Amino acid sequence: MNKTYTSRYEMRVQQAYETHKQSGEPTYILGIETSCDETSASVVRDGKEVLSNVIASQADIHKRFGGVVPEVASRRHVENITLTIEEALEVAGKTLDDIHAIAVTYGPGLVGALLVGVAAAKAISLARGIPLIGVHHIAGHIYANRLVEEMNFPLIALVVSGGHTELVWMKEHGHFEILGETRDDAAGEAYDKVARALQMPYPGGPHIDRLAHEGVPNVPLPRSWLEPGSYDFSFSGLKSAVLNTLHNAAQRGESIEPANLAASFQDSVTEVLVEKTLRAVREHGAKQVLLAGGVAANRGLRERLQNRCQTEGIPLVIPPFTLCTDNAAMIAAAGFIKYEKGQFAALDLNGVPGLSLSDH
Amino acid sequence: MRVLAIDTSNLVLSVAIVDEERVLAEMTTNQQKNHSIRLMDCIAELMDATGTTPEQLSGLGVAKGPGSYTGVRIGVATAKSMAWSLNLPAVGVSSLQVVAMNAVGFPGLIVPLFDARRGQVYSGAYRTEGMESVILQEKEQIILLQDWLPLLREQAKGDPILFLGEDVSLHRQAIAEGLREQARFATPAHNHPRAAHIGYLALRQLQDGGNPHELVPEYLQLAEAEAKWLAQKQEGSAKE
Repeated sequence: MNKTYTSRYEMRVQQAYETHKQSGEPTYILGIETSCDETSASVVRDGKEVLSNVIASQADIHKRFGGVVPEVASRRHVENITLTIEEALEVAGKTLDDIHAIAVTYGPGLVGALLVGVAAAKAISLARGIPLIGVHHIAGHIYANRLVEEMNFPLIALVVSGGHTELVWMKEHGHFEILGETRDDAAGEAYDKVARALQMPYPGGPHIDRLAHEGVPNVPLPRSWLEPGSYDFSFSGLKSAVLNTLHNAAQRGESIEPANLAASFQDSVTEVLVEKTLRAVREHGAKQVLLAGGVAANRGLRERLQNRCQTEGIPLVIPPFTLCTDNAAMIAAAGFIKYEKGQFAALDLNGVPGLSLSDH
Repeated sequence: MRVLAIDTSNLVLSVAIVDEERVLAEMTTNQQKNHSIRLMDCIAELMDATGTTPEQLSGLGVAKGPGSYTGVRIGVATAKSMAWSLNLPAVGVSSLQVVAMNAVGFPGLIVPLFDARRGQVYSGAYRTEGMESVILQEKEQIILLQDWLPLLREQAKGDPILFLGEDVSLHRQAIAEGLREQARFATPAHNHPRAAHIGYLALRQLQDGGNPHELVPEYLQLAEAEAKWLAQKQEGSAKE
């Protein structure tokens, strides 16, 4: 449909934005996140202060299936969406009258899940004349750090989760350049697969992390550095090496101490993640390192990155656990940057499962 | 009462604004285009065309399924979120009943159906109730067409059986063979859902309110993973 007129909605939104800009009042953004299996809504002031961050997790539902089932996740989102948003406003002590923009994750993620959040955000935006902002999920993870400490550019962000492993260079707010990303499994995915091989329940990452601390990394496993100079990652070879080690030992009638295997696996993953991050810091003259994504909760990774950043004298920011996993506060924080620039989405905003960070 | 009505549950996209007296506007397209992209612009356009501000609405009605899972969710998530944000009631209407309304007044059994793959259909059987509504005779379900036809024959008690819906053409031969001269088919104009019908079905329900938080899709079947998990669990408990 080619639009040939300015709708009442567009005029209303523009007017609301201009009025607020002139007032100099603080900015309250309602964030909405439904890209995977957490239905989340949040109110954030000026992109920095979390007034509420409600997360309706479906983890217990998906545990029985051994992983997130997209159709089941989408069904829960549509059941929970308005309740979650209402609770976020109540906890924040705000109403929609106080909200200056609605920021919603529109990709990447599970398309059916994304569409619920996007539909809800657009519906409220139209009904109440509140500006709409589309946010990239990874931009959100990175901006979770701004809820803890101000960003200092240029910076390097290491994003690690069940679905992502990315090394991102930012020279200023809203600028994202992907230096490297995984060519196969995400780091968190490799953790879950190795955990399954060690017969641990889903999601296995935290179990491996705990077990690794009880063992010694004495099982030889490869480090996937890829070609010289590359910032990309690859974890599927490492995962196969773990499975082969288990398999060969079983055939010989030997047993491998699971704690030692977990420690060795974790050692390989964290060494590659941390060393590539520090090389990026040196080569790009970064002033700060940000850790982001669900795997940022991993103790082995945090400790190693903390030690190495300290040695190199580079400041490191790691958000608390609740801001590392999927949440809407980080979406509102990232949305604030777009609000400042007046970068609003139109009502044809769609869920984009393979959305690229550079297009953001 | 001014009601905004939405159907995105199948390939057709339909939006209407109605009040007790008349249909103020209705827009229906059958282009299989992405509902997520088009729905909100369509609503905004109809509201502007009718001079309706969001504050002037008294309630929302939406086709709640069965149909495409994603399509149903786009409509339901949109309707409940709009209604909640305006402090209005919202109600769901069966996507099958909406199509059945196209044949209100038909003297016999009215059978809307949507294809559900692997020989199955989403369907239900209705009879006309005056010129205002259709009432359910045989409950809506997902069923093999070959099992559905004998049930309909029994329910029809010799009356003609009219099949409606965009997917009827896929099953027309099987239906004609199964029911012979008892089967009736309509023109394409009777096959697509019209949101104006949702508006009037919703108007009746909206008198009693409708909590937007409680508005959920009606899929008529579990997600595949859930069905498998339940089956395994039952098998497990049967063995114990």
